[in-house]
Order: sequence, then structure tokens, then C-alpha cells
Amino acid sequence: MKLELRKVTKRFGDFTANDSIDLTVTPGSVHCLLGENGAGKSTLMNVIFGLYRPTEGQIYIDDQPVNFKGPEDAMAAGIGMVHQHFMLVPVFTVAENVALGSESVKGLTLDLETTRQKIREISDRYGFEVDPDALVEDLPVGVQQRVEIIKALVREAQVLILDEPTAVLTPAETDQLLGIMDQLRKDGKSLLFISHKLREVREISDDITVIRRGKVVGQADPSMSSSELASLMVGKEVQLTVDKEEPTYTDKLFEVENLTLIGDNGVPLLKEVSFQVRGGEILAVAGVQGNGQTELAETIIGLHPKATGSMKLGGKELLGLKTKQVLAAGVGFVPEDRNKDGLVGDFSIAENLILDLYDRPQFSAAGSLKKAAIAENARQAGDLFDIRMGSIEHHASTLSGGNQQKIVVARELSRDLELFVASQPTRGVDVGSIEFIHKRIVQERDKGLPVIIVSTELDEVYGLADRIAVFFHGELMWVVPADTPRSVLGQMMAGASYSEALEAENQDQARPTTPWSEGE
Amino acid sequence: MTLTAESSSSAPAQAKNWKNPVIYTVLALLSTFLIGLRAPATTISLGVADQVSWLDLDPLQISPVAYGWTASLIMLALAGYALYATQTGRPIGRWLAPTFWFFFATGLLTWALGSTSNPSLSLVSLLNGAVLLSIPMIFGSMGGLLCERSGIVNIAIEGQLLLGAFSAALVGSMTKNPWLGLLAAMAGGLLVSALLALFSIKYLVDQVIVGVVVNVLVSGLTGFLFARVLEPNASVLNSAPRLPAFEIPVLSQIPVLGPVLFNQNVLVYLMYLVVGLIWFALNKTRWGLRTRAVGEHPKAADTLGVKVNRLRAGNVLLAGAVAGMGGAFFTLVSVSSFNSDMTAGQGYIALAALIFGRWTPIGALSAALLFGFSLNLQYVLSILGTSVPTELLAMMPYLVTIFAVAGLVGRSRGPAAVGTAYVKE
Repeated sequence: MKLELRKVTKRFGDFTANDSIDLTVTPGSVHCLLGENGAGKSTLMNVIFGLYRPTEGQIYIDDQPVNFKGPEDAMAAGIGMVHQHFMLVPVFTVAENVALGSESVKGLTLDLETTRQKIREISDRYGFEVDPDALVEDLPVGVQQRVEIIKALVREAQVLILDEPTAVLTPAETDQLLGIMDQLRKDGKSLLFISHKLREVREISDDITVIRRGKVVGQADPSMSSSELASLMVGKEVQLTVDKEEPTYTDKLFEVENLTLIGDNGVPLLKEVSFQVRGGEILAVAGVQGNGQTELAETIIGLHPKATGSMKLGGKELLGLKTKQVLAAGVGFVPEDRNKDGLVGDFSIAENLILDLYDRPQFSAAGSLKKAAIAENARQAGDLFDIRMGSIEHHASTLSGGNQQKIVVARELSRDLELFVASQPTRGVDVGSIEFIHKRIVQERDKGLPVIIVSTELDEVYGLADRIAVFFHGELMWVVPADTPRSVLGQMMAGASYSEALEAENQDQARPTTPWSEGE
Repeated sequence: MTLTAESSSSAPAQAKNWKNPVIYTVLALLSTFLIGLRAPATTISLGVADQVSWLDLDPLQISPVAYGWTASLIMLALAGYALYATQTGRPIGRWLAPTFWFFFATGLLTWALGSTSNPSLSLVSLLNGAVLLSIPMIFGSMGGLLCERSGIVNIAIEGQLLLGAFSAALVGSMTKNPWLGLLAAMAGGLLVSALLALFSIKYLVDQVIVGVVVNVLVSGLTGFLFARVLEPNASVLNSAPRLPAFEIPVLSQIPVLGPVLFNQNVLVYLMYLVVGLIWFALNKTRWGLRTRAVGEHPKAADTLGVKVNRLRAGNVLLAGAVAGMGGAFFTLVSVSSFNSDMTAGQGYIALAALIFGRWTPIGALSAALLFGFSLNLQYVLSILGTSVPTELLAMMPYLVTIFAVAGLVGRSRGPAAVGTAYVKE
């Protein structure tokens, strides 16, 4: 089945999310839609899937114009979608999730057996290994994603839209997914693959359409290099690596010993984690989301009073201190979710810049705030950190992700620091801001601070790290050098020890490489 | 040696959960003091074979002292075992909690009955009355369930019961037909639901706030109409005929349970039907799957073509009709005339029963029956002349619910999307 978009435009009020997009997906091929976060990819997908109606333009299936009133029309026409945030009911079984919306019934009662049968057929055919009676919330992320694919296939989708499918996967799971996509392509399905991860895009795509700020900026060839693709995507030459010198160590030291944290349900979140960060180096913490990195960062800042072990900053014990005392000890902290923990969206930019400084004599006296000093601080920070804003009185929520993140970073770096911890410092941030924030992080390191970066983006880890700490299931697997190959790191992120991962890597190199193995 | 080997060799200590053992110990000690040491030295006479014609049994004679000590010692033993098991890290069997609570409840009951001036009663009539008094709470909690499983908080059960009771009295009196009264009760509940659905689904007002406001509105409106219209013309407008009660042959002759369950008002039989239907529909039908999906993850349901808000609205309306049937209890079964605010907070207890019953039909039914029992016990005890203040007993359902919601008696997890309006982006 051929899917074609002609001059599709979607506007929300004054904002044009998609501007006159042309796109054709042919059967038996993978068409990649490449673009940055916020370029309008997800909006376009929702238009194709019938969740939004196009403002102008027309969608064609096999050269016939179609108009979808809702997702059910799109599904009926043979379009299936794997959403970035899985559309699965966690407390339902796989079969219930697959059946929902197109249930088979026997008289009045649900006929889940038919659904189970279909799941088993598809699962066998593509080697999915999905148990129809498993509870979705108990399944690993990679398997949940396969359930999403099954949902589309059960509805006999011929066009499959995959919206940022690899964002939540381990490198190994990503390779499995690419393998599955290849099988589907060979089966004659049309795949529309949305991503901003260049390696995957180059590996799997037959055609690439690049969009920027809602517009198609060109077609690209999968044989183009990563940096060529990246510059198409962002519109200017970008540095994928961060410029930095060899580290110059100082005697500021952050030592963590036997740090253990047990969750409310008795599950250990951190298991006897021990490491050291020297002044002047960046330790990047790598791992798939949810393996204890978040808890590590939160424990350092004092959000988990039940943690045991020891964390010493320059010989001073931080564990057991309240968050405010930890901040006072000179720890700068960028939380992973700025909208939840980093900013108050309905506060002004100026107020957000003093959220943890408001009680300094500089900004308040006798219980009232010094408005002029706060405004001056905001203007300075705005200049220094290149925060693009209309006025310092605007709400923080009106800014783009990149500028919001700059507020958080600016606030944290405006104190005298002894240690800088940043969790996902560039998540949902545009490329320009990423560059800027990375530079600032390297500056802090060059000032001689110990710096800890938690990131699930391997590009960021490699760009910043002097050493890499790999986490899996709350355990620190090992601290490895920054030049460790991606494949070794990937294995460790999936639970292998350093020696196992190295061994597997050596064996792999001895064998002829398979199409979906790691590396470029 | 690698770091991995190091940390896996010494497994991190599992946090021991002392909460339940400590609660058991405290309650067991309190019970020993109350129902053991301070047991009244009388004999309780408990009839068990009433209304069953083929069986002739003398009433059971129970000594509160003997039973009190037995129950106390068993509870102390269970608490001791729970402490020991927790200390040594053994799993506590699932049998322990129900056994403990059984002896706690029966012990307390024996003590309370023993402390009355004339401790003689029939088990059948105690339970029969409990089932009857549970009716509005059961219908109410079913109404709550239909709403909440599809993601809408139903605080308005109280209003649905009250307008149901009012409509039943008015229409029943005017037509002299209790069945039309029952239909009117359903329509009354539905009307309240229509307000709830309109404001919470269409206009996205906070569901709890709408519910509370609706309750106040219904209370004021029915109170006004009662004082100005019903009361001055009580003989024409406020004297409804009652729904009939009848015995189901054979089944009603099962000892104890027969007369309790099958010699009842017709509204009780309707209740069995409604609970059974809701259980079946929720768990076994397409509608049930969609309802549960919409209550847990409306967006997922939407992307599969389920009309979230239409389904929710339908469920809310249905919920009103079901809760309205419960309202008919007050004016077509219990007494035959309406009085202002006569539901007396039972809609809130119904909501508590729903939460305590973990949002399942059977759970909510059981919880409502338990609350009905404690309500009936108050009446029975005061008739028997008790020295325990019945107000204390009246607090029990609320206390039990607070404990349940706080997670002290098992965790109570509601539908994930309850309370949030669904708006397409």
C-alpha cells in the first residue's frame, strides 16, 4: 500500500506545525522522517493517523484521497501506529490490550481466545516471543513495544508509523527492533520511521526526508555521513563532539562509598555503589533509563534520606544532610525533568533564577524580596547564558525547552560550587542550546570542579565524559575509559560485566559482521 | 574481582515490614484488656434456626467471658507469630489476616452484646436487617463503580440517593404504584448524573467539586420542595405504597442464610441482579473492557477508536439510574414518606465501600454489607439496652475506610485515570 501526502499543512492558531509537507512511502521500504525535537514530526504523524485533521492538503492511499475523522478510520484504511509513549493499559494483559477497540465477541461475551490465537500467529511469524496472557506492566520496554507492533499487525496494517521507537530502548533492543523492521519491509509493508538518531536512520532507511521547523528541507540518501545528515537537520554545521582539553586534576574530590538505597517496596534501587570523581574531570553516568541513575542523582542532593553508605565532598559527609544543607555545601544540581523539579512554570523567569537563592542577603532582607536585585540578576543571567526571552517577567513556561534548561543551568552555576551534578542536561533541548550547555559544563570542569553527568544519550556521554560509569539494575557495573567502544558499553548497559562485554566484543570482531550489529 | 561480584555477594538487607505485626499486637493487647478482662458475666442467647420450619434448634448459649478469653488468646498467639515471622524474615501466610480480624470482630461483638441489659437475640434477624440496611449503600457503591471505573469521580452518590428517594416518594404517592416510584427514583438519580456528566465531561470542571456542589444543590432543592409542597399535602404527595417483600420457596429454608438472603424485599432481589449484571458486564463483555481501559488510560483507548467521553457520559448516566434505585429504599422500603436529608450521608459511606472494596463489584458489595451490618448492630444494641455509646459504632465504617485507603489493611489502588477529564490535544 502506498501512502502519499500532498501539501499537508497543520496549524494551531498562529503556529504552523507542518507547512505544506510532501511525502511518499512506497510498499516494501522504510521511509525515514528525520528532524529535531520540535520540528513537527509527531504532529505530522498524528495527522496521518487521524488524531489531527490537516488544515490544508490531502492524504492519498494508493492514489485515492482519504479523509480520516479519527484513528479508527486510519486503522480501517490500513495504517498502524507505534506511539512514542506506548498506548498500552498497564494493568491489562497483552491480549486485552490487543483486543481493545476491535474486540471479537461471542454473543455478549468477549472472545479473547481469538485474539490470543492471532497474537501467537504473529509472534511466531516474526519471532516476537510475546505471551498473550502476560500483564503489560510486568513486561520489559522492548517487549511492550512489540505488543504495540502486534496491535497494528492484528488490525492488518499495511503502513506502519513508528514514532521515535528507539528512544526508550537499550542498544541491543534497538538492534532487535531494526531487525523486526527489516522483516516487515521484506513482507511488503510500508514503514514510516521517525527519528533524530542518525546511526539508526542511516542503517535502516531506504529514503530519508528531512524536516526542519515544520517544513521539508530536502531528501537525503542513507549513504550520507552523520554530520552531513545532522547539518541538514539543524540547518547549520554542528559539532557533534565537544571541544575539550585533557583533564587537569585538582584536589577537590567527591567520594561515594557503598551507597545503597532500598525502595518502598523493598526493591533495591542502588546497590553498594562506590566511585570517586576527581576535581577537573567529568564522570558520565550511562545506562538505560530506570537503572538507578535518577536515584543516584537524587540521593546526592539529599532527596533520599533513607540511603545508607557514605558520600564525601572534600572530606565532608553529605549523606544525612538536608537538601538545603547539601546545596549550601556547594552542590549544583540540574534535575532530569526541568518541568517537574527544575522550574516553576507559572513563575517569572526572574523568580525561577533565584528559586534556591531567594534567602541570600543579596536577594532578600527582613523577610521581603529585593525586586531590583532579582531583576538585575535575571538580566545578567540572560546575557551570560544567552537565554532568548521577551522579558524577565514572562512565565518560564512560555520559553522553549532549550531556554528553560538554560535558566536551570544558569541558576545552579550562579552559586559557588564544589560539585556539579546534571541529570539529562540536554533532554528536549535544541541543538544550538545543547552546544551551549555542553560548553558550560566543560567550563565548570576546567575550573577544577568534579562534575557528574547522568545521561541516557550515548552521544552526550561520549561527547562529555572523561570516564564513564555504567549502571544496570541499581548496580555500578564498572567505570570505563571514555574511549570504550559503543558495543561494549551497550552490553554493559544490558547487564554484562566489563570483562564479559570485552570478550563478546572480541568474538564479534572475529566473526563477519551481521547487518544489525552495533557500530558504524 | 569485579565490582559486580562484590556487590552481589552481599545481598542488600530487605527492609522488614513491621506495620502489620505491630498493629496486630496492639489490637490483641487492647482486646485482651477489654473483651477478656472486662468481659460481662452473663450468657448470650443467640437464635440460629428462626424462620426455618423444618429445623428445630435451641438458641446457642454463649458466655462472653469464655469466648472473650478464647478470642483474646488466639489473637495474642497470632500477633506473636506475626512478630516472630517478621523478625526471622519468614513470609506470613495469607490466612493470618482474615483469621485475626474474624476473632477481633466476633470477640468485640460478643463483648458488646454481653454488656446489654437483655442479651438475647436472633442471628437471622440481625443479619437479615443488615442486608436490608445495606441496600442503598450497595446500589450507591455500584453507581460509584460504574462512574469511577470509567474515570469519573462520583461524589454525587449522596445526591443521587436523595433525589431518587424524593422522586420515588412523590411519584409513588401520586400514582399509588411503587413500581412507577422505583422508575422515578432511577430517573431522579439519572438527572443528578446528567449534571455531573455535563459539568465534568463537557465543561471540564473538577469532578470532586461538581459532585459536592450537586449534593448541596439536591439537598437544598429537595428540602425546599419537601417543606413547601410535600409536607402540606402529605396524604396525596408523600405517602407512597411500599415495594413488596416475599419469600423465595425452597431457598429460604436453608438454615440461617435462607431467611437472611431469600426472605427479603423485592429491592434486595433486584440488588442481586444488578450486582451480578455489573460484575459480568465489567469483566466479560466488550463494554467492560472499554470501560476499564477508559478509566486506566483513556488516550490508549482513544487511539484505538474508543469514544472516551461518550462512553464516560453513558456510564455516568447509568450510574445515576443505579444509585437512584438505592434511593428508592428510603421511601418505598424503609418508610413510606420522604423527609429532608433522609439519606444521612449514606452516599458517602457507599463511596467508602467502593474504595474499601477496591473498586470491584464483589469487593464493594462485601464492604457495603459490612457497613450495613455495623449500622444494624447500632440499632439492635440500642434496642437491647447497651452501655456502649452507639455513636462510636457509627464511626466504624469511616474509620475502616481511612485505614483501608491509608494502606493499613492491604493496598487500595483505584483506576489510574480517575478524576482527570480527557481532552484531545
